[in-house]
Amino acid sequence: MAAVEHTSIAKPVQSARPNWLARDLIGVAVILAVAVLGYFLFPNNLALLTRILAIALLVLSIDLVTGFCGVATLGHAALFGAGAYAAGIAAVHWGITDPFLMIVIGAVGGAVAGLVSGAVILRGHGLAQLVLSIAVVHLFHEAANKASTYTGGSDGLAGISPDPIFGMFGFDLWGRTAYGFAVALLVIVFVLLRLLTRSPFGMLCRGIKEDPIRVRAMGASVHGTLLKMYVISGVVAGIGGALNAISTQVVGLDSLSFTLSAESLVMLVLGGTGSLYGALIGTVSFMWFEDFVSAANPFHWLTIVGALLIAVVLFAPRGLYGSAQLLLERFRGAGK
Amino acid sequence: MQTVFSVGIDALAYGMVLFVISIGLSVTMGLMRVVNLAHGAFAMIGGYIASYAAQTLGFGYALAVLVAVVGTILIAIPVERFLYRRIYGAPELTQVLMTIGITFCVIGIANYVFGPTLKTIPLPETLRGPVDLGFRTIAAHKLFAIACGVVVAAALWYLIEKTSFGVKLRASVDNAAMAASLGVRTKIVYAVSFAVAVGLAAFGGIVGAELLPIEPYYALRYMVTFLVVVSVGGAGSIPGALLACLLLGAIDTTGRYLLPEYGEFFFYLAVIAIVCVFPRGLLGRSK
Repeated sequence: MAAVEHTSIAKPVQSARPNWLARDLIGVAVILAVAVLGYFLFPNNLALLTRILAIALLVLSIDLVTGFCGVATLGHAALFGAGAYAAGIAAVHWGITDPFLMIVIGAVGGAVAGLVSGAVILRGHGLAQLVLSIAVVHLFHEAANKASTYTGGSDGLAGISPDPIFGMFGFDLWGRTAYGFAVALLVIVFVLLRLLTRSPFGMLCRGIKEDPIRVRAMGASVHGTLLKMYVISGVVAGIGGALNAISTQVVGLDSLSFTLSAESLVMLVLGGTGSLYGALIGTVSFMWFEDFVSAANPFHWLTIVGALLIAVVLFAPRGLYGSAQLLLERFRGAGK
Repeated sequence: MQTVFSVGIDALAYGMVLFVISIGLSVTMGLMRVVNLAHGAFAMIGGYIASYAAQTLGFGYALAVLVAVVGTILIAIPVERFLYRRIYGAPELTQVLMTIGITFCVIGIANYVFGPTLKTIPLPETLRGPVDLGFRTIAAHKLFAIACGVVVAAALWYLIEKTSFGVKLRASVDNAAMAASLGVRTKIVYAVSFAVAVGLAAFGGIVGAELLPIEPYYALRYMVTFLVVVSVGGAGSIPGALLACLLLGAIDTTGRYLLPEYGEFFFYLAVIAIVCVFPRGLLGRSK
């Protein structure tokens, strides 16, 4: 593995290093700028913006397994919900209300759920894989419903009251603290994921997506690598779930639902798989569009969302980000 | 003993309804390799048209069924022509996105046109009461659903094993490119089998309306069940789908009777176990 990378990548990396560093800094700056813009444009809608950020973490985590490893899953909400319930149960039943500690517990919960569901889902391929992932999320859902002494069942787990951050910034009704907290978390996770996807491990995952047989012939463990990525993806999704639990102060069964899994996959494909920017763009545009359309026309919003999905498949099959990139490249190519 | 019998009959009826609806999905999935999440939407459209024809237009049951099946196929033809044809051979994710989009559209339109309430399809007099089998009585509509499942299975078996269309269909399933180069017009085979699949979905939606009630979110609620059945049975295999439906129907119904507080927990546990052991489905062909 290492040898192959040396021969094929060693040279471009040296010349490209300042380039990607600059690009990442620009990326982080754009995220922060959009976040500040959102804060000032929709000061009364910060709850929605925070929810978008939490779901963005879920979509990023799907991107890790779907976009980078080629594992199709319709059951990723299982990891998100596991993180949300882990943080919520810790707060309600064990009295752990420090927000940072809750995030860590959510990440651990997500990682464990990632290990379990990854071990199941990775046994299948194609249709079997999709069905396994659906079965896993339903299993989690029914288990959470049954264990109502801990999870509150279909009533939801209420009464989560996180402490103020650093003892200074309380989670108020306006959701300003929650929003700032969410933006900070997203940026940190985003930077870490950029490093991860560019690491040898991330390259190995891309290699598995392209050609698992060849990777196995090179001596790398396909299953082990994918399982590791699944656990990492569980950490990211778990952080998203814990963030959602902290900001809404309630965890419902809908955070473990098939609908959430399907919607978040749709967001990823809408934005473009295999790119962290695509995941973010897909989440923001889908959730903003859904909110806008359901407010503008509650009767037709599902129809319009459906039509949007069909339009994306027909006219922008690489997703919004991928198609924009392609267009830009063509434009540049034409300019030369 | 009485519980065993009534569980058995319910399981059989439920399994047969599942079979009638999802066999079309199994065939099209084996044939065109499209992960079609919108299949349940066509079953729902069939149910809505039948309900409209029977309740508002006052048609008889048999006529309503006929109108609904034909109507659903007529709706499906342009959908196949303009949307599905674009995603044959596309990656799974694209197919999932497209078919979820179609499902959302159908749900939204059904919700707007027919409203969010449950729709019933009034049964004819002969199917309404119980039937006395001598030692036990059974609801007639359940018996009817079982009979429909048996007839559909037999007819499909005949169509696929004994007719020239069946030969072309099997050839296209095995190797579409080779079949096309031997003169099979695969596009027509695709279109016809898609129409048959949709017609069967509509038929199953109507026959099973007593068990799977028709409402706008029908398409989303049972989407997964149909997909699971196909995966457990093995895409493209009729005996496999039949076996999967009977097995899953039995597990689901038994779970509901004996341990209702667990919901569908055991159903999905069984699905995971089966798919892990048979990744290509119970009777799927290995490649």
